[in-house]
Amino acid sequence: MIPYDFGAIERALPYLGEGMLFTLKLTAFAFVGGLVIGILLAVIRHIRVPVLDRIVWTYVTVMRSIPLIMVLFWFFFLVPLVLRKFSPEGLSVSVSPQLTAFVTYTLFEAAYFCEIIRSGLLSVPRGQYEGAKALGLSTWHAYSLVIVPQALKAVVPIMVTQAIILFQDTSLVYVLSLTDFVGAASKIAQRDGKLVEFYTFAAVVYFIVCSAFAELADYLRQRRQAKSDVRAPTPIAVTAAS
Amino acid sequence: MQLLFETTIDGGRYIDWLLSGLGWTVLLWLGAAAIASVFGIVIGCGRASTSMTYRLVSRTYVQIFRNIPLLLQAFLWYFVFPELLPTAAGTAIKQMPPPWASFVPALFAVGLYTGARVAEQVRAGVGSLPQGQREAAHALGLSSFNTYGCVLVPQALRTMAPSLTSEALALLKNTSVAMTIGLLELTAQAQQMNEFTFRTFESFSVVTFAYFALSIFIYGVAELITRRLSATKVAAVGKAQRQA
Repeated sequence: MIPYDFGAIERALPYLGEGMLFTLKLTAFAFVGGLVIGILLAVIRHIRVPVLDRIVWTYVTVMRSIPLIMVLFWFFFLVPLVLRKFSPEGLSVSVSPQLTAFVTYTLFEAAYFCEIIRSGLLSVPRGQYEGAKALGLSTWHAYSLVIVPQALKAVVPIMVTQAIILFQDTSLVYVLSLTDFVGAASKIAQRDGKLVEFYTFAAVVYFIVCSAFAELADYLRQRRQAKSDVRAPTPIAVTAAS
Repeated sequence: MQLLFETTIDGGRYIDWLLSGLGWTVLLWLGAAAIASVFGIVIGCGRASTSMTYRLVSRTYVQIFRNIPLLLQAFLWYFVFPELLPTAAGTAIKQMPPPWASFVPALFAVGLYTGARVAEQVRAGVGSLPQGQREAAHALGLSSFNTYGCVLVPQALRTMAPSLTSEALALLKNTSVAMTIGLLELTAQAQQMNEFTFRTFESFSVVTFAYFALSIFIYGVAELITRRLSATKVAAVGKAQRQA
C-alpha cells in the first residue's frame, strides 16, 4: 500500500474552493430560478389554463422521465441554437458551457418544483379559495396573496430536501467537463495521481454538507407535523433525484 | 432514423450500438434492483427496529449512501475501493475484462444508493402499520425475524407499491451515471453515436425514446403488480367480511 498524502489536498484547497463556489452558485441559481418558474408552471396546471396546461404537463413529464445526463446533453445541443437565434448578431454569439449549465439546471429543476408546489397547492384547504373568491379578489390576487404563500409554507421541508438533491445533482456537470467541486477534485486527482485522497475528501465534504441540511429538513418536517395536528395535512413528497 | 442502419466504424450498424447499450442498461437495472430490494428491506426494517444497534447501523447506512452524490459514489467504487483492498484483491478487480470492470462498480454504486432510498420507503411503510400488528405477532410468539418477514414487511410492501414504482423509474434514470466510469450503456451510446456522426438530434432522440420505452414498460409491469396486490387485498377483506 502506498502511504496516502493528504497534504496534497491542502495545497489544492484554493482550486477546490473555486470548484465549490461554482457548485454553490449553480445550486443557488437553479434553486431560485427553478422555484420561480416552478410556481408559474404549478399555477398553470392548477388553474387548468386550456392548451397551456397540456404543454406544461408534457414538459414536466418528459423532464422527469429521462436521465439528467441525457437532459444535459440535449440542452447543451439545443440551448446554444436557441440563444443564437434570439441574439441580434446571429451566428457571432458564442454560448459558454457555464451559461448553458445555469439554463439547463434551472429549467430541469422547474419541472420538479412544479410537482412539489402543485402538491402544496392541493393541500391548501378549499375554504381558502372560496374565501378569496368571496372577498372579490381576482385570480391573480387570490393566488399571489392567499394561495401560493400557504402552499409554499406547506412544502418547505420538501424544498429543503430538493435543494440537497439539486446540490448533489450539480456534480453531473462532470460529463460536460465543467469544473464544479467534483470536477476540480477529479482534475487535480488525475494530475497528481491521488485519486483515493481527493475522491474521499470530496465525499466527506458532500456528506457533511448534505447531512447538516438533511437534519434541517427533518427538523422542519417534525415541527410542521407537530403544528399540522391541528391544521392542514402535510402534502405528499414528490421529490426524486437525477 | 436512417442513422440506425448505417455502418459504424467497427463494421456493424448503429442499431447494434443502441441495442448493446440497451442491454447493459437493462442488466444494470435488474442487478441494482435486486441489490436495492435486499438492502432496502433489511436496512428499512432496521430503521424501524426496536434494537438499538440495528437501528444505529441502518441509520448510518442510509446517511452515508444518501448524502454523497451518486456520481461520487461511482468514483469511489471504481477508483478508490480497489486501492483500499489488499493489493492482490485490488488488482484482481482492476483486471476484470473490460465491460465488467466498469459494470461491477456501477452495480454497487447504483444498487446501494437505491437501497438507501428504498430503505426509507420501507421504514415509512412499516411505520404506517398499526402498532397492533407488531404486538399481535409478538403475542403469537413469532421471533423478530418472522415478525418482520411474515407480518410487517409483506403488508408494508403492499402500501408502498406506488412509491416503489417511482423508485424503480428513478433507478432507470440513475443507471446513466455508469457512463462516467466507462460503461457503454444507453446514454454513453448516445454520446458515442453523436461523436462519430455529428447527427446529434437523431442520436439523442433514439436514445431518449429508448428510455421512454423502458420507463413505460417498467411502469406497466409495476402497475400490474400493484393492481394484483390491491386486488388480493380486496378479495381477502371481502372473504373475511363474509365469514364474519
